[in-house]
Amino acid sequence: METNIFDSGVRDMAWCPGCGNFGIRNAIMKALTELGIEPRNLVMVSGIGQAAKMPHYLRCNTFNGLHGRALPPATGIKASNPGLTVIAESGDGDMYGEGGNHFMSTIRRNPDITNIVHDNMVYGLTKGQASPTSPRGFVTPVQVNGVILEPFNPLAVAVALDASFVARAFSGDMDKTVDILKKAITHKGYALVDILHPCVSFNKINTFAWFREHTYYLDDSHDFHDRNAAFTRATEKGRLPLGILYENPDKPTFEESLAVYQDSASPIIKRELNMEKLSELIDSKQ
Amino acid sequence: MISFPVKKDDITIVLCGAAGQGVQTVEQLLTHLFKQTGYNLFSTKEYMSRVRGGSNSTELRVSSHKVQAYLDTIDLLFPLSREALDHVRRRISPGTIIIGEKEKLAPGGDDIPGIVDIPLSGLSQKIGGAIYSNIIIVGVIAALFNIDRKAIEEYLRDRFGKKGEQVVAKNIEAVDAGYEFGDGLTSSGTVSIELTRDAGVEDDIIINGGEAVGLGAIAGGCNFMSSYPMTPSTPVLTFLAQHSKEFGIIVEQAEDEIAAINMTLGAWYAGARGLVTTSGGGFALMAEGLSLAGIIESPMVIHLAQRPGPATGLPTRTEQGDLEFALYAGHGEFPRVLFAPGTLEDAFHLTRKAFAVADKYQVPVFVLTDQYFIDSYYNIPQLDISDGKIDRHIVETDTGYKRYAFSDSGISPRGIPGLGKGLVVVDSDEHDEEGHITENHDMRIRMMDKRLKKLDAVVNEAVPPELIGKKDASTVVICWGSTFPIVREAVERLSRNDMAVLYFKQVYPLHPGTGSFFKHARKRVIVENNATSQFGRLLKLHADIDITTRILKYDGLPFSVEELEKRLLEVI
Repeated sequence: METNIFDSGVRDMAWCPGCGNFGIRNAIMKALTELGIEPRNLVMVSGIGQAAKMPHYLRCNTFNGLHGRALPPATGIKASNPGLTVIAESGDGDMYGEGGNHFMSTIRRNPDITNIVHDNMVYGLTKGQASPTSPRGFVTPVQVNGVILEPFNPLAVAVALDASFVARAFSGDMDKTVDILKKAITHKGYALVDILHPCVSFNKINTFAWFREHTYYLDDSHDFHDRNAAFTRATEKGRLPLGILYENPDKPTFEESLAVYQDSASPIIKRELNMEKLSELIDSKQ
Repeated sequence: MISFPVKKDDITIVLCGAAGQGVQTVEQLLTHLFKQTGYNLFSTKEYMSRVRGGSNSTELRVSSHKVQAYLDTIDLLFPLSREALDHVRRRISPGTIIIGEKEKLAPGGDDIPGIVDIPLSGLSQKIGGAIYSNIIIVGVIAALFNIDRKAIEEYLRDRFGKKGEQVVAKNIEAVDAGYEFGDGLTSSGTVSIELTRDAGVEDDIIINGGEAVGLGAIAGGCNFMSSYPMTPSTPVLTFLAQHSKEFGIIVEQAEDEIAAINMTLGAWYAGARGLVTTSGGGFALMAEGLSLAGIIESPMVIHLAQRPGPATGLPTRTEQGDLEFALYAGHGEFPRVLFAPGTLEDAFHLTRKAFAVADKYQVPVFVLTDQYFIDSYYNIPQLDISDGKIDRHIVETDTGYKRYAFSDSGISPRGIPGLGKGLVVVDSDEHDEEGHITENHDMRIRMMDKRLKKLDAVVNEAVPPELIGKKDASTVVICWGSTFPIVREAVERLSRNDMAVLYFKQVYPLHPGTGSFFKHARKRVIVENNATSQFGRLLKLHADIDITTRILKYDGLPFSVEELEKRLLEVI
């Protein structure tokens, strides 16, 4: 691959050979470049896990925080300086398991950020336990008799919460993934991109071939502004739909709804404390 | 006829009733009216963890001199129900004047001697219902203390104006009814109060602990706050929310305390100045975020309003039980700073300082308060904000910028994303100078040393303890945080010149000169609102100070001045 402005040059990555993360990394770099985003104006926020190491292999501002906690700092960063492009990225265990409460609340809050979730249906870094999206019956060193929990359906949950942008991609399809990512990043408001990808070390069920066989791309017959249609697609059994499931372009974002940005678009970090007003406030306590 | 002349320079009024009976409205009204009239005022409240019912009480201490502490003694008691009366019964003395509706308070006969009967039900029904009882009482108190009727009207218009002229008129009617009754008590000589006014009060402001912390945060340049409501820390969240637009502060109620601290760390990373406010249980959830602040070297300000634990404990009560929790919370080893203001002025200045220290040294800084402190009001001189400059310790980055560049002080220049040509990389993993993950053990040692080294510089800026009394006093009474004004007044009452009070407002790291305050003190008495003397242990561990006597209280209530005076007498 040719050199990209987002390529950090790191070649010793902690991912296994053949890991879907490599494809996702290439797609992210390509999408960002094509959108003309500058590394200095991009903040990648991640949690913990193999997917969450992504920002270290890119050239950009990075907040690599705690397991499950990428979305709250991403929200805080975007609100403090709305001029930045903010992407929160992690794996399925991080975003949907440990960070489940933040996932739901961030959708409700609707900050203008992109949420990329590497969904390989298994825990990689802790060596092969079930993730929230693991299918029933999936046998692991912990779930020795197979998973007995209903898999978490992130797309259905997101549509149910009226997320402003909901999409699914597959790491094996570079061009289509780039296209989805570009739409997600340029979308105004919270945008979820659940990216299916194989874990070559710990998931022998949901392999590259399995994903090819069990996915299909939505075509023009799907109206992604129709929430009910999106919910129907999100809950389909059998083959998983890829592409943009749902978009609600009319939702106000978190930042633009904040009182501090009603009369001024200047980021709060650029404002000075108004000492006169503080004096008045103290005086009012007389 | 019964007659109660009150000739004191310090009068304590207690109002008590069920939650929802408007005791708090009366407190707010009277607090401002007394101050405007030229009296010094201290007020505090204790309440149950329920929205309606139960028994809550509010104390208003009205004085001709400055008062800042809780008294058990009640001079004037206004119970709104029998339960409320029983709730404060242990505080009633022969000198207590009880003003209330006899029929309600002693329905089975007169077992409460000396009660001044007021037909509250009849008066309030005439106006429009029982909800006016509390405002009638305001009128009675106003008459007894000769508060200008016009001032009350103005205040009511201000407060209820939004609800319409009729509401204002009804409230004024209620005040008038109470005033008339109170005037009757005075003219008949039943109750007569003589209290000298203090001209110096006029320019003072009157605030409570929550407002002092909130104002300090604004003065400290706080422009981001994310928190989850939890008693008794919520008033700070409410205060900043109310002034959010005015001062450009983003205030967001988070889904939980984990989100609150992580969101606020994101804000600091982007260049904002963030605050979280919480209590013990909420702070427990923030512990991993605190540890994150430690390794990414993010500034952070945490207001921790303590209440009795473990777990939910006594949700609306007071305790100084989370000192060690704040000191040791968070996995791993990293520096932090703990302030514990004991006065409203200190709460303002230390909260403000917390932002400066956090930003300068890139460490988490705590402001430790408690329920008693947060809910107590008193008048203080105008807060000095003349040195209003806020130093932002943010640099414009250049290409090749390293967020964790090694330096002699351990402090690396802090850049923010988008400002300059460089990239700002922070990581919860151990990292190299650029901020990228490393598992190199030599780098680990260097980074640990760098982070811990910052504590040396912080120590040099530590706030020394405040000594009240003689340097060579043989008995030193040690306190920290909210107990200070109570300890000071109790020791003043003992008026012994061999006793001094030593008040710690920065409890960690300790000022390097701490030991010098104990040179002459053979008796070292520590007063703490907890069960195990956590600060006593801290003094031993960090300054090798041996405590000789411990006076502890952990029933969920603050010390009263009288109680502490008695307990001090027992041990000195």
